[in-house]
Amino acid sequence: MSASGAKTEKEKINGAQMVIECLKQEGVDLVFGYPGGAIMKVYDALYDSGLKHILARHEQGAIHAADGYARATGKVGVCIATSGPGATNLVTGIATAYMDSVPLVCITGQVGTDLLGTDAFQEADITGITMPITKHNYLVKHIKEIPRVMKEAFHIARTGRPGPVLIDFCKDVGVQLAEFSYPDSVYIRSYNPTYAPNKGQIKKLAKVIKEAKKPLIMTGGGMIRSNASNELYKVAKTANIPVVSTFNGLGAFPGSDELHLGMLGMHGTIAANWAVNECDLLLNFGARFDDRVTGKLDEFAKHAKIVHVDIDPAEIGKNISAHIPIVGDLKNVLEALIEHVEPLDIEEWRTQVKFWKSEYPLTYLKGDGKLRPQFVIDTICQKTDSKAIIATDVGQHQMWTSQYYTFNEANQFFSSGGLGTMGYGLPAAIGAQLGRPERQTICISGDGSVQMNIQELATISEHQIPLKLAILNNGALGMVRQWQEMFFQKRYSQTIFKGHPDFVKLAEAYSIKAFRATTPEEAEQIIDEALAFEGPCVLEFVVEQSENVFPFIPPGAPVENMMRGDE
Amino acid sequence: MKNVKNVISVLVNDQSGVLSRISGLFSRRGFNIDSITVGPAEEVGLSRMTIVVRGDEPTVEQVMKQLHKLIDVIKVINITHEPNVTRELALIKVMVTANTRPEVLNLIEPFRASVVDVSRNSLIVQVVGDESKITAMLELLRPYGIKEVARTGVVSLLRGTTTKDS
Ligand SMILES: Cc1ncc(C[n+]2csc(CCOP(=O)(O)OP(=O)(O)O)c2C)c(N)n1
Repeated sequence: MSASGAKTEKEKINGAQMVIECLKQEGVDLVFGYPGGAIMKVYDALYDSGLKHILARHEQGAIHAADGYARATGKVGVCIATSGPGATNLVTGIATAYMDSVPLVCITGQVGTDLLGTDAFQEADITGITMPITKHNYLVKHIKEIPRVMKEAFHIARTGRPGPVLIDFCKDVGVQLAEFSYPDSVYIRSYNPTYAPNKGQIKKLAKVIKEAKKPLIMTGGGMIRSNASNELYKVAKTANIPVVSTFNGLGAFPGSDELHLGMLGMHGTIAANWAVNECDLLLNFGARFDDRVTGKLDEFAKHAKIVHVDIDPAEIGKNISAHIPIVGDLKNVLEALIEHVEPLDIEEWRTQVKFWKSEYPLTYLKGDGKLRPQFVIDTICQKTDSKAIIATDVGQHQMWTSQYYTFNEANQFFSSGGLGTMGYGLPAAIGAQLGRPERQTICISGDGSVQMNIQELATISEHQIPLKLAILNNGALGMVRQWQEMFFQKRYSQTIFKGHPDFVKLAEAYSIKAFRATTPEEAEQIIDEALAFEGPCVLEFVVEQSENVFPFIPPGAPVENMMRGDE
Repeated sequence: MKNVKNVISVLVNDQSGVLSRISGLFSRRGFNIDSITVGPAEEVGLSRMTIVVRGDEPTVEQVMKQLHKLIDVIKVINITHEPNVTRELALIKVMVTANTRPEVLNLIEPFRASVVDVSRNSLIVQVVGDESKITAMLELLRPYGIKEVARTGVVSLLRGTTTKDS
């Protein structure tokens, strides 16, 4: 900084410092990551930057934590890793975020520009590898690109249909020097998401709603990303339209509301699936007609006119063609729709769905002294007054959580819905708890899933992150075991565990308080104790191995083939 | 109606990796590319691709939407049903003898093809046209013994001054 000349020259900073500066300009205050050779310069710049960094114990832990943080806060999650193995360890987390439309910016180190493409030490073509699972990615070979690329990356990650963006920085870019100025705005000629819906389509939508005798709203993850819960509530309540949720849409509409019929699809409620089957108008708000939702495509909602609202035009007509396609942000769409909505005269339909709902509730066996996973989740739900933030892993426990925990708010439930990533739960809970320190966070996991990223107990211990980890230990890869029972003549190939660690002792090895329950009474007791305890703790529930998830519509089958489990 | 050929014209940023972004999209979503060509467009920094893809209407619509999602893609238009000019260039190395050489030269004349290389036992024929013309040329030359063929894949532009926004 010289004040001598007529022009004051701006101080030059190096590329690594510039990356950190850009993060600050984007309002980032917490990042997750794991250092290594190619990214060391960035970690050096981080050292006294004032940015808070959480060191995970595996890059996969870091990126799932960034994902949980992003879902919990609505901000862009940031994750940093080194080149080669560091970057490839992010792949599962990137794909997870891509499938569930979670905004992430992943920063990876890369070998120097002179070594690119030579199979240098710790080189991996991470932009090539992640092309199909990122919304966009960049390889940065010169410092002058940094501000624009960072600005664009955050913009792309958070706008339109959100998603992960990866920026790969060649190592030498970190040491190059340049003046820093951050652009105020972004212009990407080829990227202009449509937010405002077509007015004519909204009028058509209002008209079909008025004419419907059996309308049904289906909410998806898009409802949560677009923050449109209030608008949805107004529309549904004003018009008296029953609501079903996809797995990723849970919480967008209050689960305890009388209009809510629960989750639809493979493990959805009977009421939700019958309603879809019988409705004459299906309003799909921000769901992508995933195969776990639709089952057999040409049987799905076969009596209904389909309205499909999505910010991503490519989702509309991808699996199911829509009578009324609407491209736009749900908040804008529903705001526009509210003006046209009136109470509908559909008492007959409402009585019908109410009947289904009360006649076929979700149930499991109680009172025989055995500890069942459904009971554990039910109890956690009651004892937290449905108010905890819940992250899950993947398997039966995940489905039971979606069935037996009542989600009344958007962004209360974090789970890998699209990719179904085992190992997601624990790190995601870390991110969620850090993002919303005031809320009780509980990770519900299985004995299989939890071992995929169990090393993150160290991260929890180090930062005394007060989340509770509930492990439903059924001694098996339960969901796969269930399919083997049903479709593979009980040939339990590689799904029954032998040689589990003692989860209580394991937690204690990380200096984390831990409890075990083997009966319903003990379960209630340890849940009370854990919730009363201020710090992190691990709860192991030794549950019945033979429990299965019901209802169950076998893959690709029509709703009539639903197995209820009580026959 | 099924599996008709569609000609899609795509304007993209001339970025490294853009071709693999596009071809990768086709392969992982199971779309069948018949041909793909790329070269610099009218504006510095942009390239135009012509992609010939088979599929029914919903498939082709999905192809176009997915292409549009790519950040480097500026414009996607389906010019199959618009008045367009579509051309392909092929180089065909065909075997000849002293006897058959004049015959081959006569044969290619109506195609306005030209000979771009001559050796004692072979000729290289250059032919430009739409796909059917190139196929016809190949069929006519086949009996003489085709050694090698290199085809560019089609390039295509809308007729007239329109550029059709999408
Ligand atoms: C990374 C990964 N590997 C494999 C699978 C396949 N899979 C789905 S559910 C499941 C079993 C999960 O077992 P556990 O975590 O113990 O939960 P449970 O079903 O017993 O509740 C497996 C192996 C997956 N979803 N993710």
